Amino acid sequence: MATSTTFRIWRGNPAGGAFQDYTTPVEEGMVVLDAVHRIQAQQAPDLAVRWNCKAGKCGSCSAEINGIPKLMCMTRLSAINLNAPVILEPMHAFPIIRDLVTDVSWNFRAKKTIKQFKPRPPDAADGTWRVQQADVERVQEFRKCIECFLCQDVCHVLREHHKHEEFIGPRLLVYAAALEMHPLDIEDRVSDLRHIHNLGYCNITTCCRQVCPESITITENAIIPLKERVVDRYFDPLKRLFRIL
Amino acid sequence: MPEFQRFSYDVLVIGAGGAGLRAAIEAGANGAKVGVVCKSLLGKAHTVMAEGGIAAALANVDDRDSWRVHFADTMRGGQYLNNWRMAELHAKEAPECVRELEAWGALFDRTKDGKILQRNFGGHRYPRLAHVGDRTGLEMIRTLQDHGIHTGMEVHMECTVLSLLLDGNRIAGACGYDREKGRFQLWQAKAVVMATGGIGRAFKVTSNSWEYTGDGLALAYRAGAELQDMEFVQFHPTGMVWPISVRGILVTEGVRGEGGVLRNSEGCRFMFDDIPDLYKEQTADSEEEGWRYTQGDKDARRPPELLTRDHVARCINREVKAGRGSPHGGVFLDISWIKERMPKAAEHIQRKLPSMYHQFKQLADLDITKEPMEVGPTTHYMMGGIRVDGDSQMSTVPGLFAAGEAAAGLHGANRLGGNSLSDLVVFGRRAGHFAAAFANANGPVTVDEAKIQATAAAALAPFDRGPSGENPYQIQYDLQETMQDLVGIVRVESEMRQALDAIGQLSARAEKAGVTGNREYNNGWHTTIDIENLMMVSEAITRAALLRKESRGAQFREDFPNKDSEWGKYNIVIRGGADGEMQVEKRALTPMPDELKSVVEEMK
Repeated sequence: MATSTTFRIWRGNPAGGAFQDYTTPVEEGMVVLDAVHRIQAQQAPDLAVRWNCKAGKCGSCSAEINGIPKLMCMTRLSAINLNAPVILEPMHAFPIIRDLVTDVSWNFRAKKTIKQFKPRPPDAADGTWRVQQADVERVQEFRKCIECFLCQDVCHVLREHHKHEEFIGPRLLVYAAALEMHPLDIEDRVSDLRHIHNLGYCNITTCCRQVCPESITITENAIIPLKERVVDRYFDPLKRLFRIL
Repeated sequence: MPEFQRFSYDVLVIGAGGAGLRAAIEAGANGAKVGVVCKSLLGKAHTVMAEGGIAAALANVDDRDSWRVHFADTMRGGQYLNNWRMAELHAKEAPECVRELEAWGALFDRTKDGKILQRNFGGHRYPRLAHVGDRTGLEMIRTLQDHGIHTGMEVHMECTVLSLLLDGNRIAGACGYDREKGRFQLWQAKAVVMATGGIGRAFKVTSNSWEYTGDGLALAYRAGAELQDMEFVQFHPTGMVWPISVRGILVTEGVRGEGGVLRNSEGCRFMFDDIPDLYKEQTADSEEEGWRYTQGDKDARRPPELLTRDHVARCINREVKAGRGSPHGGVFLDISWIKERMPKAAEHIQRKLPSMYHQFKQLADLDITKEPMEVGPTTHYMMGGIRVDGDSQMSTVPGLFAAGEAAAGLHGANRLGGNSLSDLVVFGRRAGHFAAAFANANGPVTVDEAKIQATAAAALAPFDRGPSGENPYQIQYDLQETMQDLVGIVRVESEMRQALDAIGQLSARAEKAGVTGNREYNNGWHTTIDIENLMMVSEAITRAALLRKESRGAQFREDFPNKDSEWGKYNIVIRGGADGEMQVEKRALTPMPDELKSVVEEMK
């Protein structure tokens, strides 16, 4: 491994900014966030970076590393080319706050628009439910989500077309899928998914699934089944006929 | 004069981990207008990192379990320094709190008959931890977050509290700043719940997130509250030791609960060599029996790897010091060996420990289904904290409550794994309930404008010193080195005296810390605020550890290596003296009622 590496980090605020180069020693086993911390401690004390756990569990340190949305804490330096400067940028789909930190508050506002969990009445007299492991596992995949918002960052509906007010994006579709497929939930979100959250905007390019650090099969396991529910309800002529009858 | 953005609440909750969110939900349900202030984004608190599970005597897997066994296990684990009332309430109320999480959408792993599954853990007599693979904390915080956002609480994300405000001797709210713009904030409130977590960032090797700088403890102490049990800092036996950059990241006790074993460089399963008398009756005497226990055999006793954390951490330390450690200064934790015992072991490990599999694969390039992990002790949890009333969770300052890791009492000298997540919901709920009741029963508060202006001016002082001031990051590193080396797993008076001198010098340097740039999302500035709190808790830990002249639970004194029954009668309590000096004193335990004494006797 190289003994020192240059990191080309975007520095700035909503008014504008530019890349700045920082060269720092690197060692075996380091991840990108380690290098950023070293630069912050020794060369750029006011460098803004968001992080919490440094273990891939909280999803705070999302950024774009050489153009690819990733968690800085889970990107080992040994996995990237250190012969050229390592380019670090904030996520592009969200407004800049400063340096590598973006304003992701929209995700929190959008989440509130999804109808909350509503369980069926308890199965047992003591107020508890009986659920099979197989039914739990289907939803547990979605509940692994650490809300890093990398999938939101890479979604072209948000990133290129800025449809934040019309489309909730892959993360929140995964959230909606977790609720819809929850073995105890009895709420109905299908109409909202079509009319308010505009599920139809997703054209299944699978970019979101490819950047998910938790390897959640966002497109195939969450979004497509939701689309099927919408199609079943609104576009299946036989089912429409049965409903009228 | 700095401007303040002003908000007014009945109950202000500081911290949005499990305890804070549960308190906020409960206060709201009791009619209070609730504000929540947190240093990070919502849902990122340290609770997300809890792995193993939430302890509750549901008796779904072993019907011999009950609140009485859980109570006795907790008291034994805490070496009887626990606040017995908290241990009693915790054991009784945890099952209800777990069921409540399920009713809000949490999806736990299941038994064959569809109930919540429970797993084995250190110090728990029966399988007691409700869990979701090994990411139970994430499930819990997400459930509380998603339920909470529909209850009307107002969340102030990425804000740091600088000071608690008093109206006379009663709490009146808090003031601080937001990270985004560095604007000063004032949150007036009739009651405040401290749910700020622990202090792990005072040490170099820690499993804790950056936020764990002891803010709640330092703020409460400065507001006049008492702290307790500060000498008891838990070192989790199994943190990653390699690569160096991931040093300290936790490896869940669930690995041992599922059959993982600890070995030294000679291949010896060393935990069998040293089983404390207190646990001899309950510990397996052969590898065979230990294996059967991890696989659910009710007649088997637990393997020695599942002894309490303090003991396992010290045994690992001993092996390393004796030159029998792994290449990078730890020991070996092996779960891959279970392939000798079961078919499809690799798939089993990946299903039971998905997050550990992922963590080692990605960060250490190691497949835990094939190779052993290298692990060593890491600073993990603070048993000490704000001294509270066992029932209401109110501190010695009227209207100031504390819950979760920021509060002391439940765990005594050592916490059992899984008792933290249950602590968060049981006492988060209680703190929220009693904070709302306090707010309802007491009239409005006024805040001291001079005090908030002085606080803002002090917070801005590092900007005046600018780049010529001391580097705050360097001060934090130096403090971490000091605490790690001199007040770590093995303590001795001379080194702790040295540590006190060093903390004094570091505090003087912290007063000269300078920052560059402006107030917008300035991490250097934030660090200058954090280190003041770290200094205060580091001093408290060291002074309490010096006073307790015995080894018990998480505290091991090389110069007093034995447990002393006389010391078993006291907690150590710390408060600020009139002269600004830290007052450290012994405080006699409240006698346990006969009914609980008989539970302890019965379960011995």
